[in-house]
Amino acid sequence: MRIPCPVCGARPSEEFTYRGDARPVRPPMDSSDQGAWVDYLFFRDDERGRIKEQWQHTGGCRAWIVVDRDTATHAVHGSELARDAAEGGQA
Amino acid sequence: MMSQYSVFQLLRETLRGHTGWRPAWRDPAPKQRYDVVIVGGGGHGLATAYYLAKEHGITNVAVVEKGYLGGGNVGRNTTIVRANYMLPGNQRFYSKSLALWEGLEQELNFNLMMSQRGVLNLAHTDGQVDMFARRANAMRLHGDDAEIWSPEKIAAEVPMLDLDSARFPVRGGLMHKRGGTARHDGVAWGYARAADRLGVDIIQNCEVTAIERDPQGRITGVDTTKGRIKTGKVGLAVAGHTSQVAQMAGLRLPIETHLLQAFVTEGLKPILDQVVTFAAGHFYISQSDKGGLVFGSSLDGYNSYTARGNLPMVEHTAEAAMSLMPCIGRLRLLRHWGGVMDMTMDGSPIISTTHVPGLYLNGGWCYGGFKATPGSGWCFAHTIARDQPHPIGADLRLDRFMTGRELDEAGTGAQPNLH
Repeated sequence: MRIPCPVCGARPSEEFTYRGDARPVRPPMDSSDQGAWVDYLFFRDDERGRIKEQWQHTGGCRAWIVVDRDTATHAVHGSELARDAAEGGQA
Repeated sequence: MMSQYSVFQLLRETLRGHTGWRPAWRDPAPKQRYDVVIVGGGGHGLATAYYLAKEHGITNVAVVEKGYLGGGNVGRNTTIVRANYMLPGNQRFYSKSLALWEGLEQELNFNLMMSQRGVLNLAHTDGQVDMFARRANAMRLHGDDAEIWSPEKIAAEVPMLDLDSARFPVRGGLMHKRGGTARHDGVAWGYARAADRLGVDIIQNCEVTAIERDPQGRITGVDTTKGRIKTGKVGLAVAGHTSQVAQMAGLRLPIETHLLQAFVTEGLKPILDQVVTFAAGHFYISQSDKGGLVFGSSLDGYNSYTARGNLPMVEHTAEAAMSLMPCIGRLRLLRHWGGVMDMTMDGSPIISTTHVPGLYLNGGWCYGGFKATPGSGWCFAHTIARDQPHPIGADLRLDRFMTGRELDEAGTGAQPNLH
């Protein structure tokens, strides 16, 4: 499986560190909403199919990226820098 | 009524050319209604059905399985049985499971090739030796067996290991003598036969397509590829696809689905008497009765439902094998496969009631479900029959994630690919 790093190009997956589903967003640090924290920390949709997930290119440029990958086939459909994704990118 | 298996029956059938064997369980069409429907005919589902019938007197039970018995994770694991945990909530449960294993062949009248050959965890640093001593003490306090082996003892008992590797020298080991291996798919067949004899209907090639609920949210039945089945209680035991099936009932879970690979080499004369784990690289190996070395290591590390692994983990596993037992370097792999693991956020399983009345959840076995099979069935049957957790499985409730009572044996936090 090769991961397209927006900075370094297609690189082997073992150069990357996996974090998981990119959608859960951390509640504000001063939030005391326990349900929101439990949801963020533990609960996942865990889809079979295309998902957006966070990888870090730890063995390369060290950028955090968001990868569009299919959990049923391992096909990778694209990626962008996590910062761009957070600012409303399309990956 | 199917007859009891025995050596006399075997002799009689040998003389008759094995013409008298009958199917070990019926192949019934689903009835209109059951008291309990278990989704998933793997080891855990079949064990649950068996204990529902035997311990709780609930015999109007169906086990629906989308494939065939023994074709899922129960037939795709490395067959290790053990109870060497440290946290009380885990050890209590696995200890019960191991005790059930010890009487299981007689109870089920089925040869599970249970072999208590011992599980040896190797320590490679002084810190690991201390950690294993702590775990051994926890196990012994709980009444289970554990011994700390010195490097000399290990050299005498497991001579094929590389004990003096410069990078990962063996400093000692934690020996759990009652651990070992069992014939994995035989466990499914043994439970299936025993449950069937108590009246449980086992319905294969029957996939659940929907879980039906009334306006109050109560479970009313399941829709399957063999038609609708009415029931008030549905137990999910679908390891690997727990997230998907639970979603049919609107349940979102603390589970990610990951990929684990396993390997078997060509057959050898006996060279390894125990199950041995290599703590420097998370690698485990044993020798099957056919002589093949059976081994595996870590998850591939990313969410996946493919049931096939990628090459980096094959290489990593081979490197770990060579670090531990350089003598096996010229062996060829006969088989290699990938399995789908439902990894929980704390690395411990879930046996629980849910917020949906009539829906019960058994899942999140990570990659340690096989050894838990009897204990899982025992506790899950109790949970379904009495609507409350069994005392020995009480810490495995789903609501532990909401109340800060996670069971994080590895101490790695809410990151499933690290457990």
